[in-house]
Amino acid sequence: MPLLVGMAILLGCQLIGESTARFFHLPIPGPVIGMIILLLGLMVLGRVPEGLRITTNGLTKHLAFLFVPAGVGVMANWSAIEAHLVSIAVILLLSTAGLQLFMVLFMRRTLGSALKNHDEDPVFKEQQR
Amino acid sequence: MKVTTIGSLWVYLSASPLLSLFLTTVAYLGSYYLIKQFKLLSKLNLQPAVLAIAALITVLALTGTSYHDYFEGAQFIHFLLGPATVMLAVPIYDNLARIRMMMAPMLLGIGGAVLASAFLTIGLATLFRLPAEMVASFAPKSVTTPIAMGVSQSIGGIPALTAALSLITGIIGCFTGPLVFKLTGAHDHIVKGFTMGASSHGFGTAQSFASISVLAGAFSGLAMGCVGLATALILPLLQVFIR
Repeated sequence: MPLLVGMAILLGCQLIGESTARFFHLPIPGPVIGMIILLLGLMVLGRVPEGLRITTNGLTKHLAFLFVPAGVGVMANWSAIEAHLVSIAVILLLSTAGLQLFMVLFMRRTLGSALKNHDEDPVFKEQQR
Repeated sequence: MKVTTIGSLWVYLSASPLLSLFLTTVAYLGSYYLIKQFKLLSKLNLQPAVLAIAALITVLALTGTSYHDYFEGAQFIHFLLGPATVMLAVPIYDNLARIRMMMAPMLLGIGGAVLASAFLTIGLATLFRLPAEMVASFAPKSVTTPIAMGVSQSIGGIPALTAALSLITGIIGCFTGPLVFKLTGAHDHIVKGFTMGASSHGFGTAQSFASISVLAGAFSGLAMGCVGLATALILPLLQVFIR
């Protein structure tokens, strides 16, 4: 039963988010608005309901699985990519790796000293000792 | 007689969602165990989802099945992405104290990600002399597919092309991310998660949860949502750079 409670909360937030996005013609997808609504709800409530916790733990573990149908969708748009295949591949590779490199260096700099407190990497902690 | 039975069986299977649901699940499970079994594959940062996508595209191409027919069934898995996105509020809520503590650097990081991504993609695409509508399709590719498609439309890009570019970016990011972390010696899970979410949206978040930690996943989800929102607001203003 708690699993269903969790599912109902998630679907309810998505429904509100989806309706808000459509009603106000927002460029933001419904689920993202639903996420904000749920976050506000949790902040007001002050805790995570048991059912929601169970559903969340189940979904986080298999999040990547849910992307498979969307990923297969690349084949549907293949004709648009084929014409400029090489330049698209190079641009995507360089811009993605470049953005990641920038983000790591930038976040390290801006987060600064706050970083040392939450390193969860056990191997690194071992090396530090 | 036998041919007609097999024929009618095929008619039933191709009309019912059962076959694509089963194939998707089996492709993912198979990829998961294959990668677990062979060290070489996991060393290449190959994700089960990526292998499953490649396997399914191969199967569909070999059997001559269209994506439309496959998606008729697979949409039930795809639908769960909605509730899964809403769910990201829970790990974000769990880390609220941490987020409050570094509000200013987070906001800077979000703004930095939007600008860096826009200038990298627009710059490279212009350098490669791609037509303007393709440059516009590239610009929002680092954010979650539905936002990327909407933004692409509003700045004169091709939404379908952006959808594909966004998906491929997500997949590429899962390969390059760990390499970049190794290169820069990044160990902090917040930096790793934030980077993955900002550069390869949902794929990055899924990977952060699966192969870094729940903490990284939470910050990846946070970055994905915030960078997506900020891109929808900021990118139309940068349209002047696209030509």
